[in-house]
Amino acid sequence: MSELELSRRGILAGGAATAVAVATPVIAAPLPPAKAVVAPMMPVRFEVNGKRRELTLDPRTTLLDSLREHLHLTGTKKGCDHGQCGACTVIVDGKRINSCLSLAVQHEGDKITTIEGLGTPDKLHPMQAAFVKHDGYQCGYCTPGQICSAVAVLDEIKRGVPSHVQADVAARPEATNVEMRERMSGNICRCGAYSNIAEAMAEVAGSRA
Amino acid sequence: MRAFTYERAKDPVEAARAAARPGAKFLAGGTNLLDLMKLEIETPTHLIDVQDLGFDKIEKTSDGGLRIGALVSNTDLAVDERVRRDYGVLTRSIVAGASGQLRNKASTAGNLLQRTRCPYFYDTNMPCNKRNPGSGCAALGGASRTLGVIGVNDKCIATFPGDMAVGMRVLDAVIETVDAHGARRSIPIADFHRLWGDHPEKDTNLNPGELITAVTLPRPLGGKHFYEKVRDRASYAYALVSVAAVIQPDGTGRVAFGGVAPKPWRVGAAEALLPRGAAAVTARAFQGATPTHENAFKLPLATRALASVLAESKA
Repeated sequence: MSELELSRRGILAGGAATAVAVATPVIAAPLPPAKAVVAPMMPVRFEVNGKRRELTLDPRTTLLDSLREHLHLTGTKKGCDHGQCGACTVIVDGKRINSCLSLAVQHEGDKITTIEGLGTPDKLHPMQAAFVKHDGYQCGYCTPGQICSAVAVLDEIKRGVPSHVQADVAARPEATNVEMRERMSGNICRCGAYSNIAEAMAEVAGSRA
Repeated sequence: MRAFTYERAKDPVEAARAAARPGAKFLAGGTNLLDLMKLEIETPTHLIDVQDLGFDKIEKTSDGGLRIGALVSNTDLAVDERVRRDYGVLTRSIVAGASGQLRNKASTAGNLLQRTRCPYFYDTNMPCNKRNPGSGCAALGGASRTLGVIGVNDKCIATFPGDMAVGMRVLDAVIETVDAHGARRSIPIADFHRLWGDHPEKDTNLNPGELITAVTLPRPLGGKHFYEKVRDRASYAYALVSVAAVIQPDGTGRVAFGGVAPKPWRVGAAEALLPRGAAAVTARAFQGATPTHENAFKLPLATRALASVLAESKA
């Protein structure tokens, strides 16, 4: 009995020692102590969906959080918050960006379009209508970002922005299925509605051509 | 994210002066910096937004090259007609990286300054000599499949993750800067990124507060331009291995490799062997490589990626 207890203690002691050995480098990597930075609130003015907006924000506020939490435009979604999923895609001065990787204060004077600014339930944007028609979603969480991105992608093709799948980058790109898929790679859909999204985009591109 | 103060700089030298203070950092597109700030890997106390400095133009230089403003977005650089026509390797390398959204916001200077994507650099629970000097390197003996095979050491085996810089390396781009005293300097891209040595926390040879104002390209090289990127998915992933190459009709040319080292990897003596084929080039370029058992595949992969480029150059 005492022998068993001893070995149990031995195992526990050994286990603890191992844990310490493993944990040491972790302990050696702490963040520096928080510095007392006093960051005053900052004013920012920009236009969202054609409406002038004025906010006073902590400089840390991302464009995404300013839209969702301060302007209550919750159509734009927060997925990963690290620029990996594209759910937060909005169009700023005509170009799609990840609103999660941008500070609101960087956008003084900018013109921002969110999913709420593209169309309304009564008057859908052609891309919104095409997503409905082609079933370009399942759960719908990534959809606002997908649609903002898709609208901007067709504009990028029209403006001649080259892509990785072009054989000749000096040539004008065409709105092919392969082009849509490459250009939409920054928008992840975990339901896997990709092929229907590409079909929706093809319809809108075709009707424009 | 830690609290910080924010200013929008109106003058480059004033911006450099502000950035030379401890805790201060430049903010351009923000696509890499804000990600790292959210994870508290970067903890600046003051941000100097440089978007109003007017570095957003691409202009011809007097010697027939191009001067690219530091704040030109990746998309605007890739789409420029002169770049697409005369510097195809640069357009190709840019559109092989990131996503459309990121390329619209990411800047030319910021792309050169992006930090490694080593998973241990990103995991603040793990030791990392780059994030926390002296704490050790968890990648050694860890998951090293995506990490460096040459120019790395027992302090750090991280790679420089970018594509654009690999394209710029074969073009012999020059990085122009200004410092807090108004002094200007031109840094050849070969000397811009560092091998880790004893200081993996230092990515580049920029001095504190030194501000990139532009990147210049010498006159066009002619030849056929290639950027072959091998990655785990077809789009929006970092390179396992990439090959930037400009091949002339006589089979000579230039080649640099990405995804393998702390900097775009170009070896003069290796590219002189281009007419003798891919295996000769990579044998010389990767002489002295120190791969792990997980990433040794990068060496034959580099040879095969280059062979594919050379075959296409003859087509």
